[in-house]
Amino acid sequence: MPIAAAYRDIRRLVFGVLALVGLAFAVQGVSAAAPAATAPEASAPAAAQADAAPAKGEPAVGADAAGNTDGGYEHLGPEWIKGQPTAFEDSPLKSMTFQDQYTDDGQFALGMNDYILAPVIVFISAFVFFLLLVVVVRYRRREGREPSRTTHNTLIEVIWTIVPVLILIVIAVPSITLLARQYKTAPADAITIKATGYQWYWGYTYSDNGGFEVISNMLPPEEAEARGLPGHLAVDNRMVVPAGVPLRIQTIGADVIHSFAVPSLWFKMDAVPGRLNERVLTIQEPGIYYGQCSELCGARHGYMPIAIEAVPMDKWRQWVASKGGSFGDEAEVTEAADIQAPASATEGAPAAGDGPTAADDGNAPSVPLDATEPA
Amino acid sequence: MATTADTFQAHTDEHHHDADHKPSFFARWFMSTNHKDIGTLYLIFAICAGLIGGTISGIMRAELAQPGIQYLGWWAQMMGGANDVNTALHMWNVFITAHGLIMVFFMVMPAMIGGFGNWFVPLMIGAPDMAFPRMNNVSFWLTVAGFFSLLFSMFVPGGTGPGAGTGWTVYAPLSTSGSVGPAVDFAIFSLHLAGVGSILGATNFITTIFNMRAPGMTLHKMPLFVWSVLVTAFLLLLALPVLAAAITMLITDRNFGTTFFDPAGGGDPILYQHLFWFFGHPEVYIMILPGFGMISQIVATFSRKPVFGYLGMAYAMVAIGVVGFIVWAHHMYTVGLDVNTKMYFTAATMVIAVPTGVKIFSWIATMWGGSIEFKSPMVWAMGFIFLFTVGGVTGVVLANGGVDDNLHDTYYVVAHFHYVLSMGAVFSIFAGFYYWFPKMSGRMHSEFLAHLHFWVFFVGVNIVFFPMHFLGANGMPRRIPDYAEAFAFWNHVSTIGYMIVVASVLIFFVNLVYAFTAGRRAEGNYWGPGATTLEWTLSSPPPFHQFETLPVIEEHHDYHDHLPRDAKPATA
Repeated sequence: MPIAAAYRDIRRLVFGVLALVGLAFAVQGVSAAAPAATAPEASAPAAAQADAAPAKGEPAVGADAAGNTDGGYEHLGPEWIKGQPTAFEDSPLKSMTFQDQYTDDGQFALGMNDYILAPVIVFISAFVFFLLLVVVVRYRRREGREPSRTTHNTLIEVIWTIVPVLILIVIAVPSITLLARQYKTAPADAITIKATGYQWYWGYTYSDNGGFEVISNMLPPEEAEARGLPGHLAVDNRMVVPAGVPLRIQTIGADVIHSFAVPSLWFKMDAVPGRLNERVLTIQEPGIYYGQCSELCGARHGYMPIAIEAVPMDKWRQWVASKGGSFGDEAEVTEAADIQAPASATEGAPAAGDGPTAADDGNAPSVPLDATEPA
Repeated sequence: MATTADTFQAHTDEHHHDADHKPSFFARWFMSTNHKDIGTLYLIFAICAGLIGGTISGIMRAELAQPGIQYLGWWAQMMGGANDVNTALHMWNVFITAHGLIMVFFMVMPAMIGGFGNWFVPLMIGAPDMAFPRMNNVSFWLTVAGFFSLLFSMFVPGGTGPGAGTGWTVYAPLSTSGSVGPAVDFAIFSLHLAGVGSILGATNFITTIFNMRAPGMTLHKMPLFVWSVLVTAFLLLLALPVLAAAITMLITDRNFGTTFFDPAGGGDPILYQHLFWFFGHPEVYIMILPGFGMISQIVATFSRKPVFGYLGMAYAMVAIGVVGFIVWAHHMYTVGLDVNTKMYFTAATMVIAVPTGVKIFSWIATMWGGSIEFKSPMVWAMGFIFLFTVGGVTGVVLANGGVDDNLHDTYYVVAHFHYVLSMGAVFSIFAGFYYWFPKMSGRMHSEFLAHLHFWVFFVGVNIVFFPMHFLGANGMPRRIPDYAEAFAFWNHVSTIGYMIVVASVLIFFVNLVYAFTAGRRAEGNYWGPGATTLEWTLSSPPPFHQFETLPVIEEHHDYHDHLPRDAKPATA
C-alpha cells in the first residue's frame, strides 16, 4: 500500500469527521437558539397544570395528620411523593432503571438514554459477544487447521474506525443539544432559591422573599416511616417551591463540598465553598421529589437527603407568608430584573466565580449539628 | 575507577563457579538489583495489598448487605476510635478511601508495571536487566513504604475518627479544613512515596526500552506489551508530578497556612480537582494499558496468529495516552463548568472510544481465522475483551455531560469503573499471571483450577457489579454506608456476588499451592509454536542473568516472530 495514498485517505477522513462535527455543532446551535425564544410559552401549559392541581390535592390535606402544618400552610402528604427510588419488590423493572422525570430537560435526557444510548450500548456489547462466540465456535483448534497469516486489511480497519465515529456523532448531536438546554439562562422573573450545603444538612435561602433560610435535616428513619415517608430520604423541613415556573437554583458549600442532587429532576450541582453555582430548574407538576447529597462531605454524608415539595403558586405564596417571607411588588420585580439584566447576559455558565464570595456565609448554622441522630 | 573495574572482573570470574551467582537471601530479596527478583517482589506485594484491599471491600459489602449500620461501630473501636455514631460513619469513609488507594496504587499498578513490566520488558527486548537496577530497587521499597504509611494512617486521628476519610480523590476542603489530625497527612505522604516510586520506575522503563533493545529490534518490531509499558511510563512521567504538586499544596494548606484551595484566602477548591484529575484520568489508562499489552500477547499466542493490525494497535495506545490527557474534566461535570467547557469535554471524551474500539476489534480479528487453543490465559483474555467492552460502553453514556448530571457520583459510575478495572485490569492481570506464572516459577499451574477460577470469578464479579448499574440509575449515591429501603434488594444481590468472588480467590491460592508443591516443571516454551517473543527462548525460570550474549533480531524477523530461525525454542 503506497504510503502517500494512505496519508491522503487519512487526511480526507480527518477532514470529513471535522466537517461533520462542525455541522453537528452548527445544527445544535440553531436548534438551541430557536426554543430559547419560545421558552415562556413552553412553560405556560405546565403552569396551567399546576394551577389545576389543588383540586386534586384537596382530599390529601385532611389525611395528613402528623402535625404537618406550617402556620396556615398544610404540607403535601405522602401520596404526593413522585421522585423516589423504586424497590425491587414493588416493580423489578423500575428498580433497574431511571426514576420518572418531572422536568423537560430530564425527559429529554431520559429519552436520549432510552432511545439512543441504551440501544447503542446493548447492541455493541451484544455484537462483541456474538463475534467472540463465532470465534470460539469456528476457530477452535482442530487437527490440521492451519491458522491464517492475515495481519492487515485496510478496508476493515477503516470501517471499524469510521463506523464508531459515526455512532459517536449520532450520540453527540442530542448530547450537545441537551447541554445547551440545561444551561439556558434563568429568566429575570425566576424565583431564586439558594441551597447551602452544611455538614451535614441543607439550608434553603429564599433570596427573593426576604432572605429567610429553611434548615432541612433528615428525619430519623423510624419517624419517617411512622409518617408514611421513605426512611433516609424524608426530612423535617422540605424545600418548598412553586411548580411550573422557572426557579433559579443556586448552590454553595458552607464548609466542604456538597452536591445538590435530585434524580427525578435530572438535576445535580455541586455546592462548593466560595463559589455560587446557578442553574434554572422548572418542575412540571406539584409533588415531592427526593434526592441525596452526592459529594463525599464527611462522616454523615449518607444522611443529608434533599426533599423538594413543589406546590401550585398560590399555595407556595401561602407557605412563604407562613415563614414570614415577603414578596416584592410588581414595580420592584421589574426594577430588579433591569438591574440583573447585564449580569444574566454573562451567565451562560452557572456563574463560575461571578457570584458573591460567600465562604463565611454559613458559619452560623441555626440548628446544632446533632439535631438528628441516625439510628 | 580501578576499583570498579576490579570488582567487575571479580564478578565475572565467579561465574565459573556458580553460573547463576545468586546472592544470599537477605541481599537477594532486600537489596535486589535483579529485574526478575524485583518483579517477583512486586507481584508478592501486589497480592498482599490486593488481599487487604479486597478484605476492606468485603467489610463494605457486608455493611451494605442491608440498610442500617451493622458493623461500622465495631470496626471504629477496633481501630481505636470513640464509640459514637459519627466515628462509626467516619470508618466507612476510611474504608472507601483505603480500598480505592490500595487497589489503584498498591495492587493494580505494582502488579502490572512493577511485576509484569519488570519481569518481561527486559526479557522481551532482549536486555540483560533494567537500565538502572539499583533505582529499580528504590522504586519498589518506596512503594512498600508508601503502603505502610497508608495503613498507619488508619490508626491515627483523622477528624471525626481514626483514619483518612476523604475518598481516594482527597478533595479539598474536606481533606484540609475538613479533616483535623495527622491521618490525612500520612495518607498524602503515602501518595508521595508511591508517586516517587512510580516516577523512578517510569524513567527506568523509558531508558531501558529506548536504549537496551537487542540489536535489530526496532521500535516497530517490539512486542505490544513493551509498547504498552512504554506508553504507560510516559503517562506516569507526565501525570504523577502534577499529583505530587497538588497533594503538596494540600499538605501546605493543611499545615503551613497557605490557601491554594481555600476561598477565604483567594484559593479555589475546584483548582484541586483540576490538578487531581489531570493526573487522575491518565492514571486510569496507566492501570489498563499494560493490560492491553498482555491481552495482545496472549491472544496472538493462543490463536497462533500474529496480532492483527500491529501498527494500529501500537498507535491506538499512543492515541489513548495522548487523548487521555485532555479529557480530565469529565470527572467534574457537576462542579459548575462553563457550558462550552462541558461540550468540549463531552466531545473529547467520546473520541477515546474510537482507538479503544480499534483495539477490541483488532483482538477479535487476531482470533478470526486462527487456530485457537483455550488455555487458561486465553479464557481470561476473552473474558477481558467482553467485560471491558461492557465497561467501556457505559463510559460512553457517562461521557455525555448532560446525561451525567443524573449519573454522576452514583453507583452507575461505581459499576462503570469496576467493569473496566475490577474486570478489565484484574482479568488482564490474571490472564498475564497464568500466561507467565510457569515462566516465572518454573512450575506449571493446574489448568483445571485456572479455568475453574475463571468461571467462578466471572460469575462472582458480574453479580457484584452488574446490579450497581441499576442502583445508580435508580438514584443511589456512591460512598454512603446506609441507604433507603428501596435500594436493599440489589445491594443484597451484590453482597452475595462478593462471597462468590471470595470463593474464586480461594481457588486461585489453591492453584498456587498446587503449582509449588505438585506442579510439573515447566519447559522453556510451554505454550508451543504460538509463543514467539524472546522470553520463550529462555528456560523456565530464566537464568538469574540472561542474555549475556545479546540475541539479534535479523532482517527476516517481523514484529511477531523473534525466535531464532535455526534453533528450536528452548526446552529446559
